[in-house]
Amino acid sequence: MTTVTEPTMTELPRLLPAAQDGNQVQDLRAHLARYGRLPYRDRMGTLIHDIEAAGLTGRGGAAFPVHRKLAAVYEASDRRRRPPVVIANGAESEPASDKDATLLWLAPHLVLDGLQLVAEAVGADTAILYSHADRSNDVGRRLRNAVAEREAATLDRVPVQLAEAPPRFLAGQETALINHLSGRPSVPRFVPPRVTERGYNGAPTLVQNVETLAHLALIARRGPRWFRAVGTRDEPGSMLATIRRAEGQPRITEVPLGMPLKELTGDVRPDQAVLLGGYHGTWISGQQAATLTLDNATLGSAGARVGAGIVITLPADRCGLVETANAVRYLALESAGQCGPCLNGLPRIAAAFAELARGRAGPQTREDLERWCGLVAGRGACHHPDGTANLVRSALITFAAEADRHARGRCSATNTGANPGASSTPFLPIPRTTARTEDDWT
Amino acid sequence: MAEKLIVNPIDCKGHGACAELLPELITTDEWGYPIVDPRPIPPGLERHARAAVSACPTLALKLLRSTT
Amino acid sequence: MVLLVLLTLVMLLGLLVTRQGRLPGLPKFAVTGLHRNLSLLAVVFVLIHVLTAVYDGYVRIPLTSAVIPLTSSYERVWLGLGAVAFDLMLAVIATSLLRRHLSRKVWRGVHLLAYVSWPVAWVHSYFSSKDLQHGILFVLALACLLAVVAGVIWRLASAARDVPRAERVNLLMAAVHHRSAAHDRGSRERTAAR
Repeated sequence: MTTVTEPTMTELPRLLPAAQDGNQVQDLRAHLARYGRLPYRDRMGTLIHDIEAAGLTGRGGAAFPVHRKLAAVYEASDRRRRPPVVIANGAESEPASDKDATLLWLAPHLVLDGLQLVAEAVGADTAILYSHADRSNDVGRRLRNAVAEREAATLDRVPVQLAEAPPRFLAGQETALINHLSGRPSVPRFVPPRVTERGYNGAPTLVQNVETLAHLALIARRGPRWFRAVGTRDEPGSMLATIRRAEGQPRITEVPLGMPLKELTGDVRPDQAVLLGGYHGTWISGQQAATLTLDNATLGSAGARVGAGIVITLPADRCGLVETANAVRYLALESAGQCGPCLNGLPRIAAAFAELARGRAGPQTREDLERWCGLVAGRGACHHPDGTANLVRSALITFAAEADRHARGRCSATNTGANPGASSTPFLPIPRTTARTEDDWT
Repeated sequence: MAEKLIVNPIDCKGHGACAELLPELITTDEWGYPIVDPRPIPPGLERHARAAVSACPTLALKLLRSTT
Repeated sequence: MVLLVLLTLVMLLGLLVTRQGRLPGLPKFAVTGLHRNLSLLAVVFVLIHVLTAVYDGYVRIPLTSAVIPLTSSYERVWLGLGAVAFDLMLAVIATSLLRRHLSRKVWRGVHLLAYVSWPVAWVHSYFSSKDLQHGILFVLALACLLAVVAGVIWRLASAARDVPRAERVNLLMAAVHHRSAAHDRGSRERTAAR
């Protein structure tokens, strides 16, 4: 289990347990004692204004304004005269992320509170919490207990169904999630229509990351101004971050938006590299990490985004090209294979990047990589090709010097064995098994 | 009323009839899949755009009312 | 007979469209284009066929029996089948003309009725008039039947050979890496040869 560490701000942690509680699991009584009762409004819609005032954005990676999604579902439901569906997305299909599983383990009731509150706000008659199948034994059991506790206390007004995501990288994607819940393979579908218009069972559907719902559950109790007490003016509030440094377990920490990155990366040399945002994220240099803060406004200048709060510092003895090659290979194998550009582009990008990492690349290789990244971006039904292209392009920039070294048969890393590209335990966590048959998607 | 072309990349099999009929707005990539100009269709090409939509064997190419 | 041949061509072209096939020597848009245009031409031919049958004076056939089955006294059942085939054909064509306003599922569901319409039309043709039951016309009618049956078998067999979605990317990864490994071997051999 990942360890939880307390950041330096006194208003925090909000979602994670207080220091004195350590990593203790919160049962329903402890939850209500710490946060107070679940503040139902007894009216649809009013919560949406508070969420707008708070400026809460999605914590699943896209940072979409929550009130706009709520309003879209509310409006579609009203217009089409169909009760909507609300779904808490805890699939966390990104291998490098662990904050959602940690949150569901430590504070499931906050997430479940948030789910009830959005259900009430949009008038939903169906509520689903989606978690990762690989965590069925710990997180899954914890959730089943939590739901049972709430049933016994008749706390939930909309019964919550629990469902599990297959171990596919795309399983947490909004439309893939809905496909899977509907008994189909966990692959994306084309949008339009948006899921807020027509989603699960054809009903207007709200899909919200579990961390987002936890914040919402607190905003409903303490108000928008409280939420804005930390963070920046344009990106208020706190967020959970998954920190990975050197060897050892990842840490989950709750931090205010706008926090200096160097407090998360630790001391990094200018020529070291940091991966922000997971496998659809961006590699930046240690130099950049020393000056940037954890918010989209400043990260944008480096071509990066906060994403789902993953901050990985590449140890000095590791090769960024080898690590990235492993990740890109994984991303290619996790393509749904539905769209021509992604199906054709990602395997070729993976092969070419592997050549780069092995020092077998020619001048054509880097040209091919740039061209293919340009060809795949934006041309799939989902953002998988875009995200992969983003990772690859940022690696080509951040590891340009390393690529030159590899071309001369050298590598700056000491932890890859005798030759560049020789296999050893990768630093970036890559699942061993990828999809092979249709069953792997169901 | 401005319209624009979109392609459903899941239905698209890279047949290429669309690019034959509307080369001004649709080209094919090195794998045969269409690269569609996302801007509103210029007047004068509307008829050809409709023909391209009809010619798609998988109905992947669609005309959408442009909201931009 | 001309109509039967025309409808057979429409069916064969339709089967080709489902596999995104090409007609040799013709541009890609020709397959869908011919399929549409010939089907519209077929509607015209059906109307001519119906009008000549109604007004040729040999037998009494009310005009309405062209679309309402089992309402003619002459060859009630076989003519009725013709009406059924025509009704289905009208449904297929109408939904195709209005495709923009229909969901993909609805359009496709109705379009599949073509697989019902054509054999019904064939049976109607064969049994309504004695002409198709011997001689050259019989040979032609049989050829149409065999062509459509062969076409359907080809279409199903071709689809069965498609790589299942879940296996596509693995196949492509293997192919791409095989190509690059072969290239590596080639360059190592060339290096060794120096």
